[in-house]
Amino acid sequence: MDELITRREVMVVAAGGMALSQAPAHGADRASDASEKQTSDVPVSLRVNGRALTLHVDQRTSLLDALREYAGLTGTKKGCDRGACGACTVHLDGRRVISCLTLASRCQGKDITTIEGLANGDQLHPVQAAFIEHDGLQCGYCTPGQIMSAAALIKEGHAGSDPEIREWMSGNICRCGAYPNIIAAIRHASRGA
Amino acid sequence: MNYIDFSLKVVGTRPIRPDGVDKVTGRAVFAADTRASGMLWGKILRSPHAHANIVSIDTTKAAALKGVFAVVTGQDFPEIASEEAFVGEGPMNFRDLSLNCMARTKVLYEGHALAAVAASTQEIADQALALIDVTYEVLPHVIDVEEAMAPGAPVLHADMFTAGVTPKPETASNISKVVTFKKGDIDAGFAEAEVIVEGRYTTQPVHQAYIEPHACLATYAPDGQVQIHSSSQGHFMIRAYVAKLLGMSISNIRVNPAEIGGGFGGKTLVYLEPVAVTLSKKSGRSVKMQMTREDVFRASGPTSGAAMTVKIGAKKDGTIVAAQQVLKFQAGAFAGSPIGPGCMCGFAMYDLPNVDVVGYDVVSNRPKVAAYRAPGAPITSFAVESLMDELAIKLGIDALTLREKNAAKNGTKTHYGPVHQNIGFTAVLDAVKAHPHWKSPLKEGHGRGLATGFWFNIGGESSAQVHVNEDGTVTAATGSPDIGGSRASIGMMVAEVLGVPATTVRTIVADTASIGFTFLTGGSRVTFATGMAATQAAEKVVEDLKRRAAQTWDIPVDAVEWKDGAAYPAGSNAGAFEPLDLAALALKAGRTGGPILAEVSINAQGAGPGFGAHICDVSVDKETGHVKIERYTAIQDVGKAIHPSYVEGQIQGGAAQGIGWALSEEYIYNSKGLMENAGFLDYRVPVASDMPMIEAVLVEVPNPRHPFGARGVGEVPIVPPMAAIANAIRSATGLRMPDLPMSPPKVRAALDAAG
Ligand code: FES
Ligand code: FES
Repeated sequence: MDELITRREVMVVAAGGMALSQAPAHGADRASDASEKQTSDVPVSLRVNGRALTLHVDQRTSLLDALREYAGLTGTKKGCDRGACGACTVHLDGRRVISCLTLASRCQGKDITTIEGLANGDQLHPVQAAFIEHDGLQCGYCTPGQIMSAAALIKEGHAGSDPEIREWMSGNICRCGAYPNIIAAIRHASRGA
Repeated sequence: MNYIDFSLKVVGTRPIRPDGVDKVTGRAVFAADTRASGMLWGKILRSPHAHANIVSIDTTKAAALKGVFAVVTGQDFPEIASEEAFVGEGPMNFRDLSLNCMARTKVLYEGHALAAVAASTQEIADQALALIDVTYEVLPHVIDVEEAMAPGAPVLHADMFTAGVTPKPETASNISKVVTFKKGDIDAGFAEAEVIVEGRYTTQPVHQAYIEPHACLATYAPDGQVQIHSSSQGHFMIRAYVAKLLGMSISNIRVNPAEIGGGFGGKTLVYLEPVAVTLSKKSGRSVKMQMTREDVFRASGPTSGAAMTVKIGAKKDGTIVAAQQVLKFQAGAFAGSPIGPGCMCGFAMYDLPNVDVVGYDVVSNRPKVAAYRAPGAPITSFAVESLMDELAIKLGIDALTLREKNAAKNGTKTHYGPVHQNIGFTAVLDAVKAHPHWKSPLKEGHGRGLATGFWFNIGGESSAQVHVNEDGTVTAATGSPDIGGSRASIGMMVAEVLGVPATTVRTIVADTASIGFTFLTGGSRVTFATGMAATQAAEKVVEDLKRRAAQTWDIPVDAVEWKDGAAYPAGSNAGAFEPLDLAALALKAGRTGGPILAEVSINAQGAGPGFGAHICDVSVDKETGHVKIERYTAIQDVGKAIHPSYVEGQIQGGAAQGIGWALSEEYIYNSKGLMENAGFLDYRVPVASDMPMIEAVLVEVPNPRHPFGARGVGEVPIVPPMAAIANAIRSATGLRMPDLPMSPPKVRAALDAAG
């Protein structure tokens, strides 16, 4: 994600260089939005789940909103839109990214995988199958993000032990508290992998 | 019928989650995942002030922005008369709820809605909000509960005169009501006591923090028909509130329940739906709305924070003779904290002769509280169970023995009136005693805490249908949104009655026009009440199937028996016929009376109260003040676990939320009354690396009022954790932490102060 300009950085610039965390949530940042000229849509060509797509998005649109609102892929969830919950995790060129902090317009030519593209046809990805088998979910809202993170961290080789899994999964909040089963599912999937 | 002593084939097993594949593949449809053609995005303008008069709102520029289709303010909403609402969970007033959804003349907290726009994109909607000019007259504000009660505090509502005191006060205040519960003679009780302990405790408001922010999609058609898709714990609740708040008739509103991404009590009110419908009416388009995370924190209800004092008197042998509690609960900007349950639950675990409890419901410039898992009980129990620990220490009695000695049993009269019946508290305490965790020696440097908890659990109105489809498969439909696996548990109960595998039954949540009225999902009522309705509907289907078999065979109905999913002739006298299973009977349905289905609507009574006890080991880092949970065991009487994995999941989830409440979660306000941590970066909920393994131990004392013995399970587990952890910290360090959260800076400060 390092080479991408994130939406957060753009917002910081838009707010006159003020660090976002200091910007009042009401009023000031909205006022700066309004004082900007209305930006026009930009075309972005990217591959999503193996399919080439060209989306016409507002320059300010996050990858998350582009996927959900422009590409109609609503499996990726919005929990905070601030990079703090992990619900929007997708793979970008094989690495996990927080799609709410990634600008869609900077994804030109990129390869994106979302939860809808993880299974191989009817064949669930081993992490998906393990989440079902170990009941690693309750409400299911955090689940797409959990699974995308888990699939990536196994590939990255960060699923060596339970503490390691817990550490590397700590960017994905599960408020239902399904953590014990999430960890068990990842442990199981990583052994099979 | 009652199946408690039957050998069961489906109930008590662990089939895989029926909604699993949808949820791991991204197919599950949550409220924000729905769209409509020509749909607009609705967004809300929220108050930047804690307390202010709205002098003027100018929406001209916003309305003129290209892509904006509607702008609404308080003027677009009807005036609602003050009236108690019995629609959601916990106390609410229709007028207050209307004002909470859209302020009229005054904003009462940061984040209070005061205008809304509908535009073709989210970006344009945000721009439009910034173009609305509002002139405020900022008023003094008050955040803290005791400051709000003090004379001279800024008064939020000029017409709030404390209820429950005589004579009726003549000046308005922030105390909406005072409630009292008395049993025996408290003065005589304390006079008799040989040991008295006292303590003062505070808790902070914490948010349910479901990962799915509130969302809905609403369409108002020109003929006045309204369709709403929304994420809530009760689509009938949404229907009732929208009808009342917008002056519509219920028959014109149809609410479709979306998959719900967590609620925990917080989705038992309306915030967006009346606004979305109003925007849709004005724009002539469908309108989708979704709160931001900041909105969820600032403008949807957390649970109360509280200031409490407790005093307990006992004999030297540990027999408690007097118990007294004063509770001050924050309600948020409008009346209606869970002060009632707060007053009832603290001492409900014990058999006490003399009790005196006084509770205050107090408004201040904070978001209106909403229900959160066992509303009120975790707060009051933190205080009582912390002080019970002090009492045990002072008496030199083991914490478990003290509780055993005073435990409520069947026949114990509670201080709030009812007599406990069919409770399993003693069985829970026995399970604590027998558990390896309780018996294990404490590791060097660790501390161990024990705390117990109680929740009433409720029944109420539920409807369920069971359909035998043309191919012999079964659809069970209910009106209860599934927040804890109830589709699975209901389907399993239906399958058990029909004698078919769990996979034969598919359970769905039907919309408000497709099933009878069903009270919302809350109070741990669904597996109990809706499960009871579904069980009865399945029994009616079995009776009908027997009748159809009898008709087919031309024998009396009594000569037919139903077992293992098929009709058999009952004994050789009945005749020799091949059994007729569901598929065979479904095939003949046209000739035996038409489609096979039964619907049952009930008002379920007899919900079994729930009791739990948690054991917690901690270590405390003396340098940083960081508390680490080393081992955690949650023991609970669940009546009968229909799907044990989901019951364990509820217990682990409730405990996890309790651990967050205990150690890290809180609303932080600055001097202007603005929340400083309205996001997951600064409002810290537990993540994977914070969590210990939580062992859930299921104790099963069947509830005879439910066909399978079930009692509610989802709320009790959030009650004990705060005191269990505080007691463990006391054990590890000798320090009593009376104020939540027991965050590293606070623990360190306490350690430093103790030298
Ligand atoms: S929605 Fe992107 S991290 Fe929460
Ligand atoms: S399953 Fe509900 S938030 Fe994780």
